[in-house]
Amino acid sequence: MLQVIAKRLALVVPTLFGLSLLLFLWVRALPGGPASALLGERATPERVEQINELYGFNKPIHEQYLTYMGRLLSGDFGVSIQTGRPVLEEFANRFPATIELSIVALIFAVGIGVPLGYISAKRYGRLPDHVAVVVSLVGITVPVFFLAFILKYFFAVELGWFPPDGRMDARMDATHVTGFYVLDGILTAEWDAAWDAFMHLVLPGIALGTIPLAIIARITRASVLETQGADFVRTARAKGLHDSSIRDRFVLRNAMLPVVTTIGLQLGLLISGAVLTETVFAFSGIGQFLATAIFRRDYPVLQGFILFIAVLYALINLIVDVSYSIIDPRVRVQ
Amino acid sequence: MHTRTRRQRRLAAVAGTALGAMLVTGCVASERGDNSGDDAGTFVFAASAEPVTLDPAFANDGETFRVARQIFEGLVGVEQGSADPAPLLAESWEPSDDGLSYTFELKEGVTFHDGTEFNAEAVCYNFDRWHNFEGIAQSPSASYYYNNLFKGFAGDEGAVYESCEAPSDNEAVVHLTQPWAGFIAALSLPSFSMQSPTALQEYGADEIGGTEEAPSISTYGSEHPTGTGPFTFSSWDAGSQVELTAYEDYWGEQGDVTDVIFRVIDDPNARRQALEAGTIDGYDLVSPSDTVALEEDGFQIMPRDPFTILYLGINQAVPELQDVRVRQAISMAIDKEQLVNQTLPEGTELATQFIPPVVSGYNEDVTTYDYDVDAAKALLAEAGIPEGWELTFNYPTNVSRPYMPNPEEIFTVVSTQLSAIGITVVPQANEWGEYLDIMQGSADHGIHLLGWTGDYNDTDNFVGVFFGQPSMEFGFDNPELFNALTEARGTATIEDQLPLYEDINQMIAEYIPAVPLAHPAPSLAFSERVASYPVSPVNDEVYNLVELND
Repeated sequence: MLQVIAKRLALVVPTLFGLSLLLFLWVRALPGGPASALLGERATPERVEQINELYGFNKPIHEQYLTYMGRLLSGDFGVSIQTGRPVLEEFANRFPATIELSIVALIFAVGIGVPLGYISAKRYGRLPDHVAVVVSLVGITVPVFFLAFILKYFFAVELGWFPPDGRMDARMDATHVTGFYVLDGILTAEWDAAWDAFMHLVLPGIALGTIPLAIIARITRASVLETQGADFVRTARAKGLHDSSIRDRFVLRNAMLPVVTTIGLQLGLLISGAVLTETVFAFSGIGQFLATAIFRRDYPVLQGFILFIAVLYALINLIVDVSYSIIDPRVRVQ
Repeated sequence: MHTRTRRQRRLAAVAGTALGAMLVTGCVASERGDNSGDDAGTFVFAASAEPVTLDPAFANDGETFRVARQIFEGLVGVEQGSADPAPLLAESWEPSDDGLSYTFELKEGVTFHDGTEFNAEAVCYNFDRWHNFEGIAQSPSASYYYNNLFKGFAGDEGAVYESCEAPSDNEAVVHLTQPWAGFIAALSLPSFSMQSPTALQEYGADEIGGTEEAPSISTYGSEHPTGTGPFTFSSWDAGSQVELTAYEDYWGEQGDVTDVIFRVIDDPNARRQALEAGTIDGYDLVSPSDTVALEEDGFQIMPRDPFTILYLGINQAVPELQDVRVRQAISMAIDKEQLVNQTLPEGTELATQFIPPVVSGYNEDVTTYDYDVDAAKALLAEAGIPEGWELTFNYPTNVSRPYMPNPEEIFTVVSTQLSAIGITVVPQANEWGEYLDIMQGSADHGIHLLGWTGDYNDTDNFVGVFFGQPSMEFGFDNPELFNALTEARGTATIEDQLPLYEDINQMIAEYIPAVPLAHPAPSLAFSERVASYPVSPVNDEVYNLVELND
């Protein structure tokens, strides 16, 4: 087992190298540079030149890359051009927000998606099935930003049930320990702060979780349908096993394999969905910061953040693979 | 049975974790202050971006200045509601006859937030600090204004600042190397705020660089900004908000506001919705299309007096555009009134020249080119321009500037008007950063939309920036105009400058290097809770003057 993990981890390293090079070239291929984004109307050619010199953007590109890699290997991800703070610090500051949001989105997606898919398969061809199919189809086709905007408009602006933006009310005086605001509220027993932080997560969580929900529901439905018809289920039923026992021990367990893969993949995609959701809800996570970094041509942040996300993605994939072997003993043997 | 035991084990694990969490709860103490829940004096304003730093000497952007104006004060302030310089930390000043030194009488009994006394020595400390910036601190992305206005640092040839002396506690004398009429007005910029010498030293304010290629802000600039203003720095939650608290020993009027929160909401739509949902008290740069709806819903819209210019730039690298008749024709093709009514916010004024009316040197009698399609067509024909002549029209997309809230709409109206005189417009849209690169760094463009928001009351800050030297943007070489601007800039007093600038504005009006379109007025929006707000054309809005309804 450990060997498998080590092998997988070793494969990640060259992947990241390749990615770092692609990223490096990509951000520099974006039209317009950081200097004009920094100076705006005041960007005379002389000042642009001065800033490019300061950041080393006027050096040959291979030289820039070597300097960058040299620093990267010593753990220095550079400093954000827009904020003047180290990229690592910016990431650490914002990461808990995105994780918190992703967790809520995932709970929403799995908590509704799996039962929905299961019921739909159980009632195959009947009304609940049709409803579930329509719900998941709509869920997949609605663009995230549009859904976010609609949710915000009705439930925050018009009805006022939920806050429209941010991670916490501006006037809330709360103690931050871990950067996960809900958890912080619980740890410090500031229940109002925990509740407020949670309320701020509901709408963005739903917006971000809807597409994964739809996908998970569809995969669950298809997978349960397939497993239900399998020989071993028929045998179990013929042996007179109780329905709930068949469901728990045979159908669900076998049907969950593709679902777990899907959930793993969705976790990675959640982070890219967060760019849009966080922007609409002014939610200060890594997604929102990435969006402004693109606009301001903040090369170090773009390179650093996307690299971190890639590492995360690779780790999630690894965890998914490992979790296979827990669910499916056959994989363990291989 | 097997499943049951496993489930029980899982339950036990969950219960154990929960218990653990509860134990930790007892260990992590809440650091909450006593004032939680008391929001009566809290004023929440939505900022479109985070401040770059809290040390205004190293900033040049509006959002940093907005925060800095609450924490800091300069020797010179701005008269409420105008763009004119007014006494602030200096009660008065007196230039010497040769214009080479200025004596400032300082306000007494003022202390910085850290208890350090504000006196002549503190003034000289600040001037010397700017003058002696080194390395990255000299970069235009850092000390933009000092670099630009004081023309260099210690050891640089042409640096305007010479020295500062403190004959007594409340008298500071600043010596310059050359006369500079705009000196006093320039000091009203937040970049030249007075900062506590003690705090500057203690928190290494000038240590702003890790490496040459990666400048970073100092501890002072991120955690310890210390000025004399009505609010002290309280906290900066990166990416979310900056909080300030009223300064108890403030020398002036303290006002209704006890706490200021600048909430960062970068999407303009999200700012409007936050106001509608009641999570903020106000925001800036209201989109013109939102003003009516907001007013109908009971929100207050407050326009500023315009301190902006929106123009249609003309690139004379295009051969046909070198003919002044063609430039006149373009000027006459534009119905500015229609443009303003259809695309720009309420309070916008039509432009006849490149400085707004509140700036000194504004010439009431400047030559204008009234909207006249027939005359414009005739001029084009006279210049030998065929019907259907193709002209590239550059404009930026996905950007909103105070002088240009909606470039796409402005482009649409102007290009329709140009086609009415027989010009075939070839649209060329670019994203903001790339757009600026093309306009300012290449000759490959035709006519274009751009503008400026004035920094302070200085004529050269408008016309000098645009037409003071040859540029890729306009692509012309007019030594007569360049010399006139250089002469005006070097004139010792505002009174002597005035006629020179009036002449220059006329000279520009005849030469038409670009077409002045409008002076758009940026608006603010507030909830009913805000009874009054100190609107200022140069954004000199300090929140101790905000009045809140009970």
